[in-house]
Amino acid sequence: MRNEGLKEKMGFGVLFLATLVVVVPVLSIVVLILVKGWGALSWKFLFTMPLDGMRAGGIFPAIVGTFYLVLVSIAFSLPIGVMAAIYLSEYARDNALTRTINLAIINLAGVSSVVYGLFGLSLFVVFLKFGVSIVAGALTLGIMTLPVIITSTREALRAVPQSYREVSRSLGASRWQTVRHTVLPRALPGILTGAILSVGRVAGETAPILFTVAAFYLPKLPTSLSDQAMALPYHLYVITTQIPGIPEGYRYGTALVLIGLVLVMNIAASVLRSKYRKKR
Amino acid sequence: MKSSFRKAGEFAIEKLILLSGIASIVFVALIFIFLLQEGVAVLKHTSLGAFLGGKFWYPISNPARLGILPLILGSLLVTAGAIVIAVPLGIAAAFYIAEVAPRKLRAVLKSCVEVLAAIPSVVLGFLGIALLVPFLKRFLGLPTGLTAFAGSLMLAFMALPTIITISEDAINAVPREYKEGAIALGATHWQTLVRVIIHGALPGIIAASMLGIGRVIGETMAVMMVTGNAAVIPETLFAPVRTLTATIAAEMGEAAKGTPHYFALFAIGIVLFVISFAINLTADLFLHRGKKR
Repeated sequence: MRNEGLKEKMGFGVLFLATLVVVVPVLSIVVLILVKGWGALSWKFLFTMPLDGMRAGGIFPAIVGTFYLVLVSIAFSLPIGVMAAIYLSEYARDNALTRTINLAIINLAGVSSVVYGLFGLSLFVVFLKFGVSIVAGALTLGIMTLPVIITSTREALRAVPQSYREVSRSLGASRWQTVRHTVLPRALPGILTGAILSVGRVAGETAPILFTVAAFYLPKLPTSLSDQAMALPYHLYVITTQIPGIPEGYRYGTALVLIGLVLVMNIAASVLRSKYRKKR
Repeated sequence: MKSSFRKAGEFAIEKLILLSGIASIVFVALIFIFLLQEGVAVLKHTSLGAFLGGKFWYPISNPARLGILPLILGSLLVTAGAIVIAVPLGIAAAFYIAEVAPRKLRAVLKSCVEVLAAIPSVVLGFLGIALLVPFLKRFLGLPTGLTAFAGSLMLAFMALPTIITISEDAINAVPREYKEGAIALGATHWQTLVRVIIHGALPGIIAASMLGIGRVIGETMAVMMVTGNAAVIPETLFAPVRTLTATIAAEMGEAAKGTPHYFALFAIGIVLFVISFAINLTADLFLHRGKKR
């Protein structure tokens, strides 16, 4: 019996060590980027154009480009994603069509990000003649984030108790009225959580924008959606691998802005989620 | 009058909802069609066997040699390395988080995993170049730290959140009675874990590992930045390699539209699409089998 107790202690010890091996690097990465990047941050770094082949000046156009990409892609994917989730949760029966839709969503979630880049290039840039532009990249990113939005919205809708729908329908409301006035308001925080998470995802993706939007060096702001643009993740890739002699602080500074953006989105999403849970 | 307007509006919006529901199918079909349309043209320049089994990838020599075997082996090697590291580590961490950790620690650990999932791959690639690659070079005494091994380490790290979250769900989904029954019969918590819970959670854990593999094979930026990008058949984990994904990302910018090179890169896209399709389908089967029981 004492033997079994010892075994248990050792087993749990191994599991704990494995967990440490996972968690410690994550924390060190965040702290390291924060410490090394903090010194590079300044108004000038954030809000001016790059100079001297990106070895000096700021990263403003990359920030603006990422902002545009996020905005346009969410404007495209949020309505489609939410309506798709409403269909799956409120309208769909368990039939072949529904199973096919679910299969398609799983596959969209699994397609490699660089394959999305190829797809965006051939459909939006070449076939629809959008050219290398914000709109081509944002649509590509939008399709890529659809599974995230659909899945999180569907969870939020399913968490609304069935009795709400029954009461609404029994009072004579139509199916759409029930969805619109009873189910959706209840599910809103969950839907927003998914939307915020996908914003973080869009802001950080590089491969889908390589051939659809990204400009290597473009020291002016985009004036329309058919312009090329710089973007934060691609900028970090460029200054890390393509240009020698960039001060270390610039790289860590860019990484910090990018990771800061993504983590703020994640924190916002989890705060929203926990508030919502408490309310229920 | 008013109600007929309302009905028309409702009819329109419900049709729109149905269309959005179908949109996912349309997008998957579009991806496949557009990859095929550009990728199949590679067969005018090379046979399927020579494309998949060719040992030389010299896309811009004249005539171009378009064999992707080195790239397939590069992807497999990096993936195998990553999986050997990530699967045991991920499953162990999932068990710790789900079964052993006290409630407060569990919340902290879960948010760490979420943070890891959120870190963009280009940031990890940057840190790989800045820290991991020089370290490996010095520590292992290699001519370059840009190796398949560096790629495996990065990818293992990136697959962990997928493996941990899905395994954890599977562990939590094991009925309480199983655990209570085992403990009531005098088993220790550890015995319950390794002899009872693991069986209930197994389909979910297998699915988690497969989805982790899917994530790893499709990953692009980090792996392109740290593996050295040499399109040769790899002999060891400690030499530069080039993966399928990195080849597309690195070369599409230079491949002129309509050249064999351009078509070949799309054909690589088809290969990746088919691989991820197969992996996700199988993983989904395992997940459903787990749920039905």
